[in-house]
Amino acid sequence: MLNFSKINTLIIYLIFLSISFFSILNFQDKDNLIIDKKVNLGLDLQGGSYLLLEINSDSLIKEKIQSKIIPIKKLLRENDLIFSNFIINEDNFSFKVSDLEKFELAFFSKKNNLVNPYIDTYRSFELDYKKIKDNNIKILFSKYGLLTINNAALKQSIEIVRRRIDDVGTKEPTILQRGEKRILVELPGLKDPDRIKKLLGKTAQLNFRLVSENSEFGVDELISETGEKLKVSKRIVMSGENLVDAQPSIQNQQNEPTVSFTLDRLGAQKFGRATTDNVGKRLAIILDSKIISAPNINEPITSGKGMISGNFTFQEATDLSLLLRSGALPTPLDVVEERTVGPDLGEDSIKSGVISLIVGFILVILFMFYKYRLFGLVANTALIANLLMLVGVLTILEATLTLPGIAGIILTVGMAVDANVLIFERIKEELKTEKSIIHAFDSGYSKAKITVLDANITTLIAAIILFAFGSGPVKGFAITLGIGIITTLFTAYFFARHLTSMIVLKSKNQDIKIK
Amino acid sequence: MINTINFVSKFKKANIASIIIFTLSIILIFFKGLNYGIDFKGGTLIELRTDKSIQASSIRDSLNSMNLGDVNVKKFGKDGDFLIKVEQKNTNSNNLIPEIKKVLKENLNAEIDFRRVENVGPKVSSELLESSIIAISLALAAMLFYIWVRFEWQFSVGSIVALFHDVVITLGIFSFLSLEINLSIIAAVLTIVGYSMNDTVVIYDRIRENLLKYSKISISDVSNLSINETLSRTIITSATTLFALVSIYILGGEILRGFSFAMILGVIIGTYSSIFVASPILKFFKVSYKTLEKEEEKILP
Repeated sequence: MLNFSKINTLIIYLIFLSISFFSILNFQDKDNLIIDKKVNLGLDLQGGSYLLLEINSDSLIKEKIQSKIIPIKKLLRENDLIFSNFIINEDNFSFKVSDLEKFELAFFSKKNNLVNPYIDTYRSFELDYKKIKDNNIKILFSKYGLLTINNAALKQSIEIVRRRIDDVGTKEPTILQRGEKRILVELPGLKDPDRIKKLLGKTAQLNFRLVSENSEFGVDELISETGEKLKVSKRIVMSGENLVDAQPSIQNQQNEPTVSFTLDRLGAQKFGRATTDNVGKRLAIILDSKIISAPNINEPITSGKGMISGNFTFQEATDLSLLLRSGALPTPLDVVEERTVGPDLGEDSIKSGVISLIVGFILVILFMFYKYRLFGLVANTALIANLLMLVGVLTILEATLTLPGIAGIILTVGMAVDANVLIFERIKEELKTEKSIIHAFDSGYSKAKITVLDANITTLIAAIILFAFGSGPVKGFAITLGIGIITTLFTAYFFARHLTSMIVLKSKNQDIKIK
Repeated sequence: MINTINFVSKFKKANIASIIIFTLSIILIFFKGLNYGIDFKGGTLIELRTDKSIQASSIRDSLNSMNLGDVNVKKFGKDGDFLIKVEQKNTNSNNLIPEIKKVLKENLNAEIDFRRVENVGPKVSSELLESSIIAISLALAAMLFYIWVRFEWQFSVGSIVALFHDVVITLGIFSFLSLEINLSIIAAVLTIVGYSMNDTVVIYDRIRENLLKYSKISISDVSNLSINETLSRTIITSATTLFALVSIYILGGEILRGFSFAMILGVIIGTYSSIFVASPILKFFKVSYKTLEKEEEKILP
């Protein structure tokens, strides 16, 4: 185990040098990049926000199931089925049907079924029915129907979340889908996430509806910005979908911040018609079921341009125009998990992490030198090489370093010497019985090999499981721990062994001792 | 052989001690319970810094006026640093944090900096708890399997009993001291599993080797010999690992304190269990060189 061919030596040092080279890249100047690779700092170290958002699709599903009522009734009539007892519930509706078999045939027909379309990708229908009793049945979305709705809502929400965050202009946000209903948002360097949370917390469904006492479409009673109770027609004159742009502006007369908007062609037509027909009436501008303002229609607006005023501050006007530009979210988003770290805490964490790393490192190095003297130096050189390579691999992978990740590096420092300790202790034992020193070293290395492997694989297993199940910072710990084990094995079995062999072979069987 | 310590003679006493502490830990975990942090219980955590010296009680009073439910305020590290924990309420908490900030600023009349805010909803916290339990169980199963492949089943049982011993006692001590269990403690527990296993494997490796080398000696003597032969390695490695951990514990800041404390406990208990739990089990199963030979026959028909 102590003979290294020149090629082997070359390869070992080449691997070592090329990997540790990457660790130096972390110290390069920002403007003077040699290779643009660096260890990323986790949110807990550089400060920032982690948000986990969940789409709340209850209202969407209610809306969607209600839109199925008329088509189903039509389907029943077309097939000469008599139904009674029609009841609408939250996410389903139920009725009694005269001929269940006939209904089923029509309900689950694959041909041109517009009421209950067949989803090819899932091999399932959008809707399903459940028997309550006798011929009483309940219509609801199938598992895959729900999945399709959630998926579409999630995709759309991600797009709108991205637009809103980009509009605020934070640096390098991460926006990812997590599972079937969640969006992960990471905003590095953001000190105050409240504004973004506020922006993401609004669906921003904008409606223009006429104020009227009685309408053929029914009325909702809403409270206006001035606290007055207003009856508003359920008919939507125009909605936010028709907006192409919205900008904050200052109205000159009162110096009041307002939002000016521009409509697309269809919107301009609708808006023009409605304002022409209803001059003198009041038009309620409603955002997420709240009246922003309800101005009088003084004259027809046909230009496709308009203005919303509502006692805004300039910040509110800016945020509202941002929301309107980005479009409405299909469902409300709930913040189900939030973790925010301020930048100064991140700096403190880096500082204390690095200090404890240095102190731990010095303690281990002194102890190893005290225990093994010359070979302690070998182990310590290997430890330094190990650290360089560990940071090098982290850089190559552009891994994210978190505070627990730094703890993982420190722990690696403590545990990495174990491989060399195992080997040195074994050699000491061999030296007791073996006359030839070279043989003793040789068999020490080969006999300790299995143990070193076994011992490290167990820790590696723990690291892999941590990586698979851990979230955020804990993952960072798993990465450094796992990579640390691999670099430890390399440095102990190649790097340190080569150093040892140089010492032993040079000594030419003179009396060398591992203290 | 000079300087050998008779470990085997102490097995019995150690095992009784282990069983008592293990049972106590189980009782504590079940009856006193674990002090779950917001990661597993849900709720809001705020680490704040004030520019004036303020009593924790005045923060508590102003928060109680907000009617948030169970509020916990304690000093955290430096003067003027506090940690606030608010229990989970089912109401939408999107505006909770700015509101708390406003109330504190008004009531305390001081500049307040929220250095860290964590908010975990009830659904996420129960998922985190579930995945943590799965992760620990999976880690134990993976270890069991690895040792079963590399050694014989008696070794596998021995190592897993030792692991259980370590995990349960560590959690028992956390329960006894009412220390918080959060995600980083789970990471520590998993690392302890790896470390303790590492330690056990080194001794088991030596026992296997010595069983084959000295087929005439009883398992007790082989255990004793093997433990002694690997003893200085056990001590040195525990020492260097503890150096690293103690330096994190003292200098690594408040956030890593719980984690490093759990690891320190784990390393000590894990080292103890490799000698006093994992090895006696081999004796219990009457492992001898024949056990190893039989297995080899099975593998090489």
